[in-house]
Amino acid sequence: MKKQMIPLSLFAGLVIFLAIGLTLDPKEVPSPLIGKPAAKFSLERLYSETAFSPSELKGQPWILNIWASWCVSCRQEHKLLVNFSKQNSTTIVGLNYKDTPEEAKAWLKELGNPYQITVQDPKGRAGIDWGVYGVPETFIMDANGIIRHKFTGPLTKDRVKNQLLPLLKQLENERTAVQG
Amino acid sequence: MFSKSTYLSALVLTLSCWLTSAQATIETYPFDTVQQEQDYNNLIYELRCLVCQNQNLADSNAELAQDLRKQVHTMLVEQKQDKASVVKYMVDRYGDFVLYNPPVKFQTFLLWGGPFVFLILGFWWLFKIITQAGKTANTNNKATHSSDTE
Repeated sequence: MKKQMIPLSLFAGLVIFLAIGLTLDPKEVPSPLIGKPAAKFSLERLYSETAFSPSELKGQPWILNIWASWCVSCRQEHKLLVNFSKQNSTTIVGLNYKDTPEEAKAWLKELGNPYQITVQDPKGRAGIDWGVYGVPETFIMDANGIIRHKFTGPLTKDRVKNQLLPLLKQLENERTAVQG
Repeated sequence: MFSKSTYLSALVLTLSCWLTSAQATIETYPFDTVQQEQDYNNLIYELRCLVCQNQNLADSNAELAQDLRKQVHTMLVEQKQDKASVVKYMVDRYGDFVLYNPPVKFQTFLLWGGPFVFLILGFWWLFKIITQAGKTANTNNKATHSSDTE
């Protein structure tokens, strides 16, 4: 290689690094919770005065969707969740984050309710335990209650098709393998 | 051209804006001991607000930052926990990214070691350039000397 080419190739390397950097999403902070048991909570349900805690869902994969009526991108994601719940049997738990029950109920009435269980976290205390920093966030738990994946920001058709559905299928296979 | 006093007043104005905004974001909490207060103040400067990623908890007025400041206070004062356990609590939930001073470990090796690698590369390059320049200067000198003697 000629000597004059050295600065050019260094520059090209730098450009490639920076170009890769531009395609990364700085909001995608890797969650340290992946592979760990789902954070415990006992929160009041939205539609009844009983409490719900994640241990009740042991033995089946489930989805935790954290949302709020004040959150704009939750609205964008919501239609997709409603459709998803019609086509799939996986339990979706909705965690209503820093919201009021009245507004939450009005929102679900208007846009449809994809959640089998909806719980309230008015102070955001459970949110901290789940490492929530921007709603919507969606966690996927396996049958043993271990967090397997986290989506930060709204679910999209692409994310559902390429990430969520294959993962749920895999979790379902794992479960039947253990039982069989 | 601006006069010196224009610059000075602009500077004072900018600083005063910064001061008021910094004060407005921090709520006041009562503490039992001086140690708790120091720990609190250190922690809110060391922990990152994840919503507005380039601010720490002290600088940010985002709701999450308020909640986390409250959590830090609760853990220190009501639960009488020490600074290390608050840091562990945050890292367990939000990862090393929450720390402005991330620990040295395998994943962060490039982050900590990278600058030194570049420094060494830079010195190596500088050394090469200097020795090369010295050589060419020597040969040039010889050339001029020999032409002088002729």
